[in-house]
Amino acid sequence: MAAPNRPLSPHLQIYKPQLTSLLSICHRMTGVWLAVGALLLVGWLVAAASGPESFAKYQDFHGSWFGRLLLLGWTFCLFYHLCNGVRHLFWDVGIGFEMTTLNRSGILVVLGSGALTLIAWIWGYSSMGAF
Amino acid sequence: MSLRTPLGRVRGLGSAKDGVAHWWAQRITAVALLPLLLWFAAALAASAGMDHAAAKEWLSNPVSAILMILLIAAGFHHAQLGLQVVIEDYVHTEWLKITSIMAVKLAAVALAVAGVFSVLKIAFGG
Repeated sequence: MAAPNRPLSPHLQIYKPQLTSLLSICHRMTGVWLAVGALLLVGWLVAAASGPESFAKYQDFHGSWFGRLLLLGWTFCLFYHLCNGVRHLFWDVGIGFEMTTLNRSGILVVLGSGALTLIAWIWGYSSMGAF
Repeated sequence: MSLRTPLGRVRGLGSAKDGVAHWWAQRITAVALLPLLLWFAAALAASAGMDHAAAKEWLSNPVSAILMILLIAAGFHHAQLGLQVVIEDYVHTEWLKITSIMAVKLAAVALAVAGVFSVLKIAFGG
């Protein structure tokens, strides 16, 4: 097909950043990153099925500062995608399309996923006896 | 006035010829994943840093094993549906698009089977 010589619509960087579009692309990016995380989850299960040595190696990596940083990122991505997914389910039944509601639910999703991440990690550290 | 033919309307498959099956599967797995992921996150937080014996004991419990298998099945199905849409949106070279989607779908099945097999091996005392 020959490239049509037609005017193009304004590109992304022309628009003022909006909360709605930012959260939308974050939903996609967290989704892709969670798919990568699913690979790690399978690796963890395979390591557990292979025996104590391979499992200990796996746990050592995730216990390191770098491993914990990755897990912290994944925890937030998980809760963000989960909370914003619930937002999507409301849209699917036609609820929440007013501009004020959209911005409010967006902020709620960010705060909610932050809070859930915090709770999960405080819970995790307390079950390791850190407090 | 609609320009759609009566046959097209009754089939309900739209221009893409596969109707809303993809969309529905994405929602159903999303709804399934809500409780499964909350359970999974809670279970991991409650036993953070567990050793092999603890992990084995956890997955030997039938409820944990069943929920874990459901999580793997729903999770990989949801993931491959989502990745398919991402690839369709951004990859415009036809052969690359088709092969990427195939690779994602095949990898999803292979990884899901590996995960389920591992859970069963632990659950049945491997």
